[in-house]
Amino acid sequence: MSSEIHIHHDKHILSGEILSQTGVLAAKCYQCGKCSAGCPLSDEMDYPPSVIMRMLQTGFSENEEKVLRSYTIWLCVTCEMCYERCPMEIDIPVVMDFLREKSLKLKKTNKKAKDIIAFHKAFLSTVNKTGRLFEIGLIAGYKLNTFHLTQDVALAPKMLSRGKLPLLPEKIKNKKNIADIFNKTLKNKEKNI
Amino acid sequence: MKLGLYPGCSLKGGSREYKESVAALAEAFEIELYEIPDWNCCGATAAHNLNHDLSLSLPARIIALAEKEGLEEIVVPCAACYSRLSITVHELKNDENLRKKISEIIQIEYKGTIRILNIIQMIQKYIGKKIQGRIINPFNYKVACYYGCLLVRPHQILKFDRPEDPQTMDVLLKEIGATPIDWAYKVECCGAGMSVSRTDIVAMLSGKIMKDAIDRGAEAIIVICPMCHSNLDMRRPEINKYLCQKTDIPVIYISQAIGMAIGIDSLSLGLHRHFVPVSLPVKEKTVEENQG
Repeated sequence: MSSEIHIHHDKHILSGEILSQTGVLAAKCYQCGKCSAGCPLSDEMDYPPSVIMRMLQTGFSENEEKVLRSYTIWLCVTCEMCYERCPMEIDIPVVMDFLREKSLKLKKTNKKAKDIIAFHKAFLSTVNKTGRLFEIGLIAGYKLNTFHLTQDVALAPKMLSRGKLPLLPEKIKNKKNIADIFNKTLKNKEKNI
Repeated sequence: MKLGLYPGCSLKGGSREYKESVAALAEAFEIELYEIPDWNCCGATAAHNLNHDLSLSLPARIIALAEKEGLEEIVVPCAACYSRLSITVHELKNDENLRKKISEIIQIEYKGTIRILNIIQMIQKYIGKKIQGRIINPFNYKVACYYGCLLVRPHQILKFDRPEDPQTMDVLLKEIGATPIDWAYKVECCGAGMSVSRTDIVAMLSGKIMKDAIDRGAEAIIVICPMCHSNLDMRRPEINKYLCQKTDIPVIYISQAIGMAIGIDSLSLGLHRHFVPVSLPVKEKTVEENQG
């Protein structure tokens, strides 16, 4: 086994942790760039997906820091195009999921991703409370956390008139079951969820 | 046979016309849809972005509830829910420890043996050839069949249709008299869950999809996903601004298109709920098209 591959089995480096947690071996990437070419958002990212993979391969802590603090991991919309086109079938979306969770846990989230994360948290907050998504609750929670108070205000009446914005949340019967699921998985680590 | 239904949150709120049209179609073809009791949200993009265990537990609860009801098969019309449920079954099937852990979290017995159908598979299996002979208003339009991301990717897990140039929707649309166009954005991303947090990205990605469909002569875009629908329909003002062009082609769920062709009224199909009006004139088939 070459030393380059060997480091990927070391759990003290990020790619080793990724391998043990997700089964994805970053070392398989040979930098063909197909993921970055197919990614609909690589132009918007600070590092395109292939560069994220390369940085992970190096095992250098400064590169791992860049990865965890990147905007890329939050811009990724999990469209699965990179995985589909990867000649080595590397499941990059699963790596992105892992990196997001890790970045959040270590409080290293990119500042530009503030709104995106606020949206995800507001979404889960309504699901935690009622078991299902409550759109008005989602938007209210998002606006309060981001101060984008006037965004899309013209949209609400149009949605209402089309019957697309229920005023009351759909509640499931076994709300406790859902609350338990949230408690056991998030363990109240994440504020506002 | 009783077919389980997991509608998901969108079909109860912002995309209720999708559920209405699926229900109308099921009634027309005598498919008994049985909504999974006490179902919860699948967690969507938010859960898998923030917490892996949560992203598996929420769909696992849904599947466990369906199995408790004795259902062997469920249809999941929303492509995003279909993806989350399918990925959960896949991950839990291949990892016994993970399956034990998630079963413990959801406190309901989880087997993971249920069959999950997307909307196209439901139509293929339970309607199929019955469409022929039921057509009253041939859907005589050039259509862009837009599959989006999550119906066909990742192919390694879903194993449905072709990941790059899928054909199943095109075949169904041909059966109701439509002419599917050949176009480049069939499986490109609309921007999905960025609709609120990065509306500019949705305008750009959905705008490119819209432009290619229009440039190649489509008169309607046919979709199977509530997120694709709301981005292409509700976000049309932002798309038009991005394109510097006023576009007005309607975005129609496949269930609505088939419903229109077999003569279900527009109210039952929820066509009045769209932001971009569905105003397609009834056209007779031309001689050329009949021969084609």
